[in-house]
Parts: sequence; structure tokens; C-alpha cells
Amino acid sequence: MANRLVATAEQTALLEVREVTKAFPSPDGKGFIQVLSPLSFSIRAEEWVVVVGPSGGGKSTLLRILLGLIPPTSGEVLVHGKPLRGVHPNAALVFQQFALLPWLTVLENVELPLRAKGIPRLERLKRALAVIDMVGLDGYESAYPRELSGGMKQRVGLARALVVEPELLCMDEPFSALDVLTAENLRAELLRLWLERKMPTKAIVMVTHNLEEAVQLADRILVLGGLPTRLRAEIEVDLPHPRSPDSPSFRALLDDLYQWMTDPTRPDQKVVVATEISPQPFVPLPHARVGGIAGLLHILADVGGQIDLHELAHRLHLSIDDLLPIVEAARLLGFMEVKEGDLILTEKGIDWLKADILKRKEIFRDLVIQIPLIARIVSALRSTRNKTLPMDFFLDLLDEHFGEDEARRQLQTAIDWGRYAELFTYDATTDMLRAEE
Amino acid sequence: MIAKQVRSFNRYDAMVAMGLFALLYAAVHVGQGMFARFSPEHPPPISLNPALLPYYAARSVLRMFVALALSVAFSLVYGSVAAKNRRAEQFLIPLLDVLQSVPVLGFLSATLTFFLSLSPTSLFGLELASIFAIFTGQAWNMTFAFYHSLLTLPEPLKEAAAMMKLSRWQRFWKVEVSYAMLPLVWNGMMSFAGGWFFLAASEAITVLRRDYRLPGLGSYMATAVEQGDLVATLWAIGVMVVTIVAVDQFFWRPMVAWAEKFRTEETEAVVKVSSWVLNLLQQTHLLRRYFGRLAVGVGEWLDRRMTQIGEIALPEHTRLGLGRLTTFALITFCVYWFLRGVIIVVTDLSIGEMLRVVGLGFVTLARVMMVVVISTLLWVPIGVFIGLHPNLARFAQPLVQIAASFPANMLYPLLALVFLKTQFPFAIGSVIPMMLGAQWYVLFNAIAGAMGIPTELQEAAGIFRLPAKERWRWLIIPALFPHWVTGAITAWGGAWNASIVAEVIEWHKQRLTTAGLGAYITLAATKGHAAAIVWGITVMSAFVLTFNRLFWQRLYRLAELRYKLG
Repeated sequence: MANRLVATAEQTALLEVREVTKAFPSPDGKGFIQVLSPLSFSIRAEEWVVVVGPSGGGKSTLLRILLGLIPPTSGEVLVHGKPLRGVHPNAALVFQQFALLPWLTVLENVELPLRAKGIPRLERLKRALAVIDMVGLDGYESAYPRELSGGMKQRVGLARALVVEPELLCMDEPFSALDVLTAENLRAELLRLWLERKMPTKAIVMVTHNLEEAVQLADRILVLGGLPTRLRAEIEVDLPHPRSPDSPSFRALLDDLYQWMTDPTRPDQKVVVATEISPQPFVPLPHARVGGIAGLLHILADVGGQIDLHELAHRLHLSIDDLLPIVEAARLLGFMEVKEGDLILTEKGIDWLKADILKRKEIFRDLVIQIPLIARIVSALRSTRNKTLPMDFFLDLLDEHFGEDEARRQLQTAIDWGRYAELFTYDATTDMLRAEE
Repeated sequence: MIAKQVRSFNRYDAMVAMGLFALLYAAVHVGQGMFARFSPEHPPPISLNPALLPYYAARSVLRMFVALALSVAFSLVYGSVAAKNRRAEQFLIPLLDVLQSVPVLGFLSATLTFFLSLSPTSLFGLELASIFAIFTGQAWNMTFAFYHSLLTLPEPLKEAAAMMKLSRWQRFWKVEVSYAMLPLVWNGMMSFAGGWFFLAASEAITVLRRDYRLPGLGSYMATAVEQGDLVATLWAIGVMVVTIVAVDQFFWRPMVAWAEKFRTEETEAVVKVSSWVLNLLQQTHLLRRYFGRLAVGVGEWLDRRMTQIGEIALPEHTRLGLGRLTTFALITFCVYWFLRGVIIVVTDLSIGEMLRVVGLGFVTLARVMMVVVISTLLWVPIGVFIGLHPNLARFAQPLVQIAASFPANMLYPLLALVFLKTQFPFAIGSVIPMMLGAQWYVLFNAIAGAMGIPTELQEAAGIFRLPAKERWRWLIIPALFPHWVTGAITAWGGAWNASIVAEVIEWHKQRLTTAGLGAYITLAATKGHAAAIVWGITVMSAFVLTFNRLFWQRLYRLAELRYKLG
């Protein structure tokens, strides 16, 4: 797998960073501070690469090295296999603080890079206006940057970068100077332009410290970290767009990235592939009351911890069908095992039986919170302001999975277990569920 | 693009077109005078007929603007080289520092001889000498402003220019000069105001007992004084004020208002500057369209041409060779003139004489210090009062600006008259003419400093009911300190320069002199005593530089570190 990736990388690399390091003179003038330790990776066509890492960790320095704005201390940057000398010939940069020229209008700002290329005036105007239109700045051509909001300014920054039709578009924390809603909006629009291939750009390299943003956008995430900064992990993000922040795979990858950021001892990993995780299905609850489970376990303990199921049914004058949900519930909670028709009390079961009532509730709570249905109920209740939701809300939710009658029964069982565990209460007069503190 | 409605010639067009025509005619008519064939020994006599004053004023203004253009060109070139070439910087910036401290007025007679030799048959040599004097009063400040702007050019803008692959020409105008535009314009306005002083001093010069007069306001004044004509003197002063106000209204205000466009977003305008002339220009339709089209055409053409030229890169060894050659030529030139100066001084002056001049330096130093102290005691309280009352400040600031622009040396003859009538001892009295020009910088900065005290701090002082004495001690003086240092340094430099013309003043063939380094230099110049001029100026420059290093720079650093607000 890794070999195949490396092979394709070499064929289509737009840009390759080879063993690049950077050291700056230390402020006291004696010696150097190593900022980047040898880094190697490549940028391929058709991918959006996001570089994440702690702030002040050399992300922006790396970006400037691969653009040729600052030279590496050692190592080299290859553009289409040739060593880069001076500024990258076919790349553009979008700045965190926009870096627009305040004395030029929007149109003049966007036109300027074309002017540098010596393109005649009319052609220049045509191309600049087309890009201005594309980024949604139509009608603002003659405005000065100071008259625009942050989001509009960054649109100008984007237009100025795109107007030269760069092969490689680099962005240095392009959304971090914007307010949350504006950033969200612009991010979505940029992603749309990229996915619909409206941008004349082969690859994007973006630096950010916003991990959610990275998961939202990236085809590949480079995780930087350590002192001096090294490449700690390279994550191929194989998730389809649009990526919902609520989806389990999104959460999982985000958690993983947080782990990388917060745990410096985690061993480096070369290539990790993040794929889609299907949502955890609801496991139907066996319809047993807590008292029933407790009773079954007492009997088991009395007979020495092991008994045949048929014999038990016979002793209790019950049919096996009546007994099965209780057995299933006890097994689900890990209080007993079923082996070749015998019910066997487990250590956990013995502990629970020996405990006093408060301790029992605590153990039970820790167990049921892991059951998907109960976990969903608890998190839904906790996410509301007054920790309360009507029973119908959950019935509607369960209908899809179980049908109306079974949904009601599932919920009754969940309420019984949840009440005992003191996770939530149910008020029958108002039909409301409420999470306990 | 946005289709602009075709509009016809409007009344603003008519007004501006008339203005432009008048300006063009005046420039041609007045400009011809610059090359008039006259023997410099027998210049055209200056008539005291007030009807000729507009013509004389126009000649003076033309001189000022030519000097300004030269100063701008010099600043752009010198500033860029200093900011971009490490090796050149190490040499150019200390040199600029010295040039700024040298009292150039003392050199006037020497430069005059040089420029006369360039153009012996017309007044053009005199004209150049005068323009050069004004230039030396303007250029250094502007150059420092431009150099400093280039050093503080924000990194993202540099990177953006590199990413866009702007040509050198494009980067220079669209990024560097644009970024420096606001400080350049403000500095140009201040330097221009200072330039009037040099204009008045340079239009009428006596070298070797011979008077050289250039047609202009300064020489009109000098002639009026010589003939003891008080009415003509007052006429000259009046026209000078009108001229200063007119240049301010028709040139500097529109420039400053226009330059607002170049403000970066990190800085906020303290006072919104508006100009009716700029508004008028912006309301013309036809003229704007045609001039706009012309400007775009010329701009495009220049852009292409200069980009091509900028791409011509000399081979590395040729560049290095040229650099070495220039350095060598410069060093040889400097060493040669330095040695010649040393030889003249050493052969012509005795050790005793040389020491006496140093002693005179201390006399003038005492006067200059008095100027700073008196200006501070007099103007700081007044400045603070004005600055703390915004309505008063809005009204007072333009007045102070005109007062600061008015060449104080035009008032010296009137002072001489007063001193002669009252028999006031001139040894102390000569502080007054020196202060006349220098004091405004203290006032200016005191107003600016008081206006800059944050309202929150003033309110806090009000809430704590700080008594006036405590308020000055803990709030006003510390907040004002950096501004006062800036004002005092400028006043200090101005007073040294003024000492050259302020220690010898005249009214109607009666001369008042007092012992001092300034008087020594002036008298040496009238006698044409080269060694004395060189030694006098050397001593004065040494005084200025030594005190700058030992005293003012330390105060400035202290102010920056401890008392800078915000």
C-alpha cells in the first residue's frame, strides 16, 4: 500500500520537498535555532493538502520555503523535478491578513499580478473581472480594501491569487482572521469552487491551526510537531464530501488529530488512511427489568454460580421464552456468560451482587452508558438547555429502526434502566424525559 | 467594467481649465526670467514698486517648487539605495546624519561661487545657488522619512510583491513609494515650510562686499531694508503671508487630502483633512476623463518600457566592479576635499584663533540652550491648553502652521529696528531672532502630544480628582515627554542654523552684531575668508553632532522606552 502511494507520488508530483531544514540565527546572536528538522513530502496534482501543527511551529516557514520566498538551510524543493531557484514560477499565496495594497481598488489589486506579467490592458481587465465575478465580488470593483469587511477582503486576496491561474495555490491560515460565520461561509464557497473544478488550480496547500477545518477540506493532512518541527504523521483522508461534523468518521479523525496535537509521545506514523466509519447500529434492548436481572443473578449465586437454562426454567415453572430476555440482558451487561446451554455467573456479576445499593447503581450506570440507545438518549438530553425532551422525540427516532410498537417497548426498557442508573428520569404526567445531574 | 455615463463639460471643468491656463502662462512667463541674460555682477535692480510683488512672489515660489522636485527625486534615489544596499547603507546613513547637522546656511557663499562659475553670463547660476540652498533645507528630512518607510515596509506586502513577481519599477511605485506616500507628503509639507527660511536667506547674499540679488520676495525685502523703507518691508511681509497661505491651500492641502488614500489600515487618521481644491478637481468631468486617459496611456507605456529596462541584469562581476569603482571614486573625492580643507585651515588659521572659535561655539551654545528652555517654558503650557480643547486646536493648528512656515529671518530687520530704538543689549537680545523660527516646533509637538493623551486617562485623572499639580506630574508631563523631545530636537537644530543669520542683523545700513559662532561664520563669508568659513562650520557641526549623540539621542531612547503611549 505504502509502496504504491510512493510510486504514484513520484509520477505526478507537482512539487517535492526533500530533506528540507531551516535554522534562524538566535536572538542573542550566538548560534542558531533549528526550526525545521529534515522534512520530506510531495504535493501531487488534484489534491488539497492541509498542514496542521502547533502555532509558532514553523508551518508558515515551511510554506514560504516551498514557495521559494525564503531559502531552506539545507535540502531542496523540486518543482516538476527541477530544483527551485527564487520564487516559485507558477504559484500564488493567500495571506492570513490579506496583504492587499490599500491604495489600489479591488480591480487594481486583482489586476496587478497580470500587469507584472506584461499582459495588455484590455485582456487584463477581462481576466480580472472574470475572477472578481467568480469569487462573488461583482459590483465592488472600484471599492478600496478599507471599505470592505474582512471576508470581502479575503475574497479579493483569493481573486488576486487565482487571476494568474496558478498551478499551486498556497494559503496561510486564510480564514483565521475572519469571524466564525464568515469563515464558514467562505470555506464552503472555496470548497465548492474546488470540487466543481472552477478554480484553474492543480493543487492547494493550506496551513491552518484549525483542526476541524483540516478535516473538512483536506485530501491529505500533514501533521507537524515536535522541537524542532518534524513531520509526525501523514493522513490520507478518504472521506466523501460534504463532510458533516456530526458524522462518526469526522469525529474519529478529529479526535485522532487532537491526539496528535496533545500527545507528544505518540510515535510518528508514515501514512495513515482515514476512511468512512458507518454509524453504530442500534442494538435492540432485551425487555427485562433491572429487578428481574437482579433476581436471576441471586438464583444463580444460590445454586453455586452455574446452572443449565432448561433446568432453571423447570425449577421456576417458567417457559424458556419468558426467561430469555432476562438472560440476554444479564449477558449484555456482562454479569454472566452462556456456555453450551449453561448460565455462568461472571466476576462482574458477583461484584455487583455483593455491592450495596449505591455501588450497584454506579456499576450499572457505567455499563449501560455504553449501550448505543441509552448513550444517544443521554447525550440528546444533555445537549438541550433544560436537559429535557418529550418522549415522542425518541419514539420518532426509534420508529425508523424498530417499528412503532417495538419502539415503544424499547424506550420503556431504556427508561427503566436509565432510571435505575440515575441517568435520567421520566415524568409520566407530562411524558417528558429529563437528564439527571 | 462599470459603464460611465458620458458627461459634458461642467462648470467645474470651466473653473479648473481657467486655473490651469493661468498656471501654465505664469510658469512660462516667470520661468523665462530664470535664464535672463544678465551679468551676475550687475543683476537687474530690485524695484520696490508693490505692483511687482506678485511677480517676485511667483519667482520665489517657482524656486521653492524646483527645489522640492529635486528634494523628492533625491529622497527617492538616496533612500532606496540606502535601504536596499547593505554596504551603501553603512556609509549613506551616517553621512545623512552629518548633513542634517551641518548648518548649510554657512556654505551659501561657497556654493554661490561654485554655481556662478557654472553659468557666468546669466542669472541661472545665482538661481541654482538659491535652489540648492532651499534643497539642502528640505532634502535630508524627506530622505530619512522615505528610508524609514522602506525599512518598516510590512513583510506580507513584500511577500505579496514577490509572489506577484512585480518588476522593480512596479514594486517601487506600486508598493514602496505608495507605502511611503503619507510620511513623504507630510514631511515634504514640513520641509517646504522650513524651506522659506532658506529662500529668504539665499535670494540676497553678500560675498566679498558684493551684493548678489535674485528677483524674488527675499531680495525685495533685503532691498527695502537696505533703503530703510518700512512700508515696503511691511508689504513684503504681507505678500509672504499671502503666498504661504496660497501655496498651502492650492498645493499642500490637496496633496495631504489626496495622500489619505495611501493610509494603511493599521493607522487611524487623527484629523480628517479635506481640501476644497481637491474636491473641485474631483468634480470636473471632461478634464478628469481626458487627463485620466492620458495618464493611463503614459503609465502603461512607462510601465512596459521601464519593466524591460529593469530586466536588463548586469553580469555579477560587472556589477561588483562598478560598485568598487564607485566606492573608490567617492573615497578619493572625499579624501581630496578633506585634505584641501585641512590644509587651508591649518595654513590660514593660528591655533589661538582656532581655539577662540571653539570658545565662540560655547557662547552660541548657551544661546541655543536658552532658545530651547524659553520655548519650552513659554509654549508647552499654551500647547497643552490648546491640545486639551479640541475645538480650540482645530482653530489654532492652521494658524500655528502658517506662523511656522513664515521665514523668521524676514522679521529680523524689524527686530533690529526695535533693538536699535530701545538700546536693548544684543548679546542677550540675539536669542529672540533665533527663537522666532525655532519655537514653533515645541508648540506644534506640545499640541499634538496633548491631543494624543487618551480620553480614558484624562477621565481617570478627573475621577480621582487629581489636583492640577499632580495631574501635570503624573499624566501630562510623562505623556508629553516623547513629543517634547521631538519638538526640542528640531528647535535645537533650527536654532543652530538660525544663529548664522541671527547673530548679525541689519536695518538701513546699521548693523547689530554680537560675539558668537554664527556671527563669526557670517562675517567670514562676507569677507570671503575660506579657512574661517570651513573651520567655523566644522566647529558648529561638531557641537551639533556631539550634543545629539550625548544628550538628545539618550533622551529620545528614554522617551521611546518609557513614555510612549500605546
